[in-house]
Amino acid sequence: MKKLINSPDSVLGDALAGVAAAHPALHVDTEARVITRAGGPSVGRVALISGGGSGHEPLHGGFVGPGMLHAACPGEVFTSPVPDQMLAAAQAVNGGAGVVFIVKNYTGDVMNFEMAAELAGDDGIEVATILVDDDVAVKDSTWTAGRRGTGATVFVEKIAGALAEQGADLAEVAEIGRRVNAASRSFAVALTACTTPAAGKPGFDLAEDEMEVGVGIHGEPGRSREKLEPASAIVARSLDAIFADQPLAAGDQTIVMVNGLGGTPLIELYVAYAEVAAYFAERGVQIARNLVGNYITSLEMAGVSLTVCKADAQMLALWDAPVNTPALRWGA
Amino acid sequence: MDIHLTRAWVQAIAAAMDQHKDHLTQLDSAIGDADHGVNMQRGFTAVVAALDGYEAVGVGDVLVKTGTTLISKVGGAAGPLYGTFFRNAGKQLSGPTADAEQLSAAFDAGLAGVQKLGAAVPGDKTMVDALVPALDAFGAAARAGESDAAAAEKAAAAAETGMQDTTPLQARKGRASYLGARSIGHQDPGATSTALVFRALAEVLQS
Repeated sequence: MKKLINSPDSVLGDALAGVAAAHPALHVDTEARVITRAGGPSVGRVALISGGGSGHEPLHGGFVGPGMLHAACPGEVFTSPVPDQMLAAAQAVNGGAGVVFIVKNYTGDVMNFEMAAELAGDDGIEVATILVDDDVAVKDSTWTAGRRGTGATVFVEKIAGALAEQGADLAEVAEIGRRVNAASRSFAVALTACTTPAAGKPGFDLAEDEMEVGVGIHGEPGRSREKLEPASAIVARSLDAIFADQPLAAGDQTIVMVNGLGGTPLIELYVAYAEVAAYFAERGVQIARNLVGNYITSLEMAGVSLTVCKADAQMLALWDAPVNTPALRWGA
Repeated sequence: MDIHLTRAWVQAIAAAMDQHKDHLTQLDSAIGDADHGVNMQRGFTAVVAALDGYEAVGVGDVLVKTGTTLISKVGGAAGPLYGTFFRNAGKQLSGPTADAEQLSAAFDAGLAGVQKLGAAVPGDKTMVDALVPALDAFGAAARAGESDAAAAEKAAAAAETGMQDTTPLQARKGRASYLGARSIGHQDPGATSTALVFRALAEVLQS
């Protein structure tokens, strides 16, 4: 393992110290492991709290700020945070209008947020939960833990965050978040595995000429392992899977994210985006807004995930609303 | 079992997690995300620290403190699941000692909490595949009037069998479920840590 760290045990604490030093607009509670906006709670506004294992930066701490999240709870690398963190976050950011937990569908995240919701409820804080489960590589059946939550998390956090900023109530904020999730699909392909600092070796073995198709954000296996293909074929098979699950027709408007998994340079993400744009153009489906970059990563895993949200006018308007966070900033 | 032995049990679990950390992580790297060993070790190390200087009035206090600490420190699915097991079990035990039948009832309450939270049933390839046979064996021995030490030995053996029996199963819960048929042939890390928990109990009660 070759990493820019001090020691595997101190990675999270050391990284949080860096976040605190780099972003004065954020408040980092290194003891409770909670990142909030520096200004304190937004009184009378619904507060959005997200969290999950670390190693997916900029998710979630990079999306804390006006127009998006109020707090993020980073767990150990690839391990969900604990209920104490969400409770501390809820206490820190509740402005009196309740809090929304944005939870990716992983067993550990779901359980810890569920316990936190109970604790927050005991504390008199009203909680609504948005479960993100957009990964079409996993069949949503009784035979698995259900679809994984991946790229749609960014869309949910941005759009629900904008509505909360406008003063919508808890039910309305939760409802738009759930609608964005329901309208979003993702699919990822990995070219290399990643190494968690604690494990010290790659999570899976992938030969030089192989790719993992339908991989999860922790390197969970996907649908199949194939010989490496050109970007055009990788994009086509990913979008085929997405369109098969959620058919999109000519004239439909979408928000599309071409996301790097951590180890893929931007030039390759733009190669992929060109293929995405061509695929959409051929079908007459509009890409109304797009993101190209690293938004939800898996340490140094090379590869790409594509996320498509079939967006209505309200979602697009909320997408365009000002946002000012370390990793997403416009209009502000 | 008394308060002293309950503390000794938890310390023995911590020692076992320390010793088997790499093995658990290796099992988890095959079908999960390679953090079960380090998470359990971190959790039980925190439990030992939390119990140091903690004044317990009953056996249950020690177990509730154990569970609460695990929930606060472990994360992932293991934190809430093991934390709930110990918390729910501990809430059933108020006295300074507990006999085999009382322990059996308390463990069953712990299992009920685990199943409520994780919704896993035997055969899903989870910790429940070791926990259910362990508690069945413990309960049967307790009802037959056997000592808690004898019951714990049977529970440990049953947990180990249950653990081994997870190997041919296909996972239906947790992150391993994403592997589908590829999860077959790997022993479940959660069932393995559960077997360590009951082996630790048997060793402490027999000594």
